[in-house]
Amino acid sequence: MTPVIHASGVRKSYGATVAVHEVSFDVHEGEIFGLIGPNGAGKTTTMECIEGLRTPDCGAISVLGLDPFKDVYKLQDRIGVQLQQAQLQKRIKVWEAVGLWVSLYQKKALDGERLLEQLGLAAKRDTWFMNLSGGQKQRLFIALALMNDPEVVFLDELTTGLDPQSRRAIWDLVRDIRARGKTVFLTTHLMEEAERLCDRVAIMEHGRIIDIDRPDDLVNRHCPERTVILATDNPIAEERFRAIPGVETVIRTDSRFTVRGRGDDLVTEVVHCLSENAIRVTDFRTILPNLEDVFLKLTGRSIRE
Amino acid sequence: MLRGLWKLTWLEIKIFLREPLGAFGTIVIPVLVFLVVGRVVGHGVPPGALAANNFLQVGLPVLASVLIAVSAVLSLVTIISIYREGGILKRLRATPLRPQTILTAHVIVKLILTAATLAVLVLAGKRYYPVGVHAPLFSFTIALLISTWSILSIGFLIASIVPTARFAQPIGAFIMYPMVAVSGLFVPVAALPPVLRIVARVVPLTYAVSLLEGIWKGEAWSAHMGDIAALVLVFVICTALSTKVFRWE
Repeated sequence: MTPVIHASGVRKSYGATVAVHEVSFDVHEGEIFGLIGPNGAGKTTTMECIEGLRTPDCGAISVLGLDPFKDVYKLQDRIGVQLQQAQLQKRIKVWEAVGLWVSLYQKKALDGERLLEQLGLAAKRDTWFMNLSGGQKQRLFIALALMNDPEVVFLDELTTGLDPQSRRAIWDLVRDIRARGKTVFLTTHLMEEAERLCDRVAIMEHGRIIDIDRPDDLVNRHCPERTVILATDNPIAEERFRAIPGVETVIRTDSRFTVRGRGDDLVTEVVHCLSENAIRVTDFRTILPNLEDVFLKLTGRSIRE
Repeated sequence: MLRGLWKLTWLEIKIFLREPLGAFGTIVIPVLVFLVVGRVVGHGVPPGALAANNFLQVGLPVLASVLIAVSAVLSLVTIISIYREGGILKRLRATPLRPQTILTAHVIVKLILTAATLAVLVLAGKRYYPVGVHAPLFSFTIALLISTWSILSIGFLIASIVPTARFAQPIGAFIMYPMVAVSGLFVPVAALPPVLRIVARVVPLTYAVSLLEGIWKGEAWSAHMGDIAALVLVFVICTALSTKVFRWE
């Protein structure tokens, strides 16, 4: 199967600053692909090169078999784009923006009114853009990105600045897009968003992609450590925990134990040990690494810095 | 190619009229200048005072028309810089809209508003102006639209160099109003000091003023082909330069 998006050796610099160095990746049909990394990593520049809004200095890009530069209008007809920090005319009404977008596409557009309904904007259809809240503006931009029922949807930092509730609603919406067989390409600096939404992620830092894989596989590959915290008064516990296969350290503070080891089986082994030795515990927690830890491991710094 | 042009033009007109000062600045002010100055100068002018009458019959209507065109340009510069700074231009570009379509819509909006303002000016003039308005209005409208269309291309050039939306209006005014001053509206070009005369020759507004004055006085189009050629040349040069230096974000 040919990839929906193919990028190889893409490079883009602004003056002396190289924003994107030789970036290569493929995005497949029907997946949610995330470009993750801190602000300034080059995610938006990479995405805008793929959308045909910027010309890379070198490298090859194809989207739906089209060249984003030569075939930019053909491409725009088939993709949907949500840009970071975009605005519309201050005094354009919601339904006017929707009507304009509907008129721009050759293919039959989606039912705008229904889309507004789905996104909770139906009551705001006569409101000027400038009077919408941040979350409403974001939802309008998502509506506009979906208006032409695009084959590929590009979402750049789609939930930045939204409250947790709107964020979850938008995640559901993105999953709906995938459920309809569309491909989603998104960028985010929120690791939780990437873990919950993306089928595959590319970790980007300083204009380079460091690794690409499914979130779980990235975690298993780079951060195989597992930690179990439990509390027990059983005097033989410490000795038994040390004997569990895969355990590397056991730290005891009064009746609390921190058991560290490697591999997916660690938690199972701990539970097995507890039941086999009839150890009664009053607390049991696991700490599993996530993409945030992967990023720290790969770059030596936190993504929030 | 023109997909979305009319829709966008119509939307931009509506959006413009919703601006609190949009309609006031571009439509009301030139009309007020025309009426108030006309009243003040016209008040107590003896019928034989040639200079004053000439000003009332030709100078002031043409001045008011040039103000319409200049305010269209300033408004264009402001809108384009606000749209660029807010990412609106970029958002519109990430659609099948051609970049030319987006800019053409704005030019059409300004031309329509120019024609509308002129109509208000003429209607107000018929009713309140001391000497009345007797000019070939159809030809004059065409002449004003050609002039506006030509100098709007200067607007795009200014919009390309304006760093932020905050400076759009002042920089635009700083470039446009001195052009008005030497355009022959207040002092005939022939009466200017030699240096300013050379400046006047390269300032596009000079040709607009010459065309507008001539057509207003009832002169033939054929007498002003040179002016029209100059205005077309200005459009071609500014548009060519704009496509090189125009920034979308």
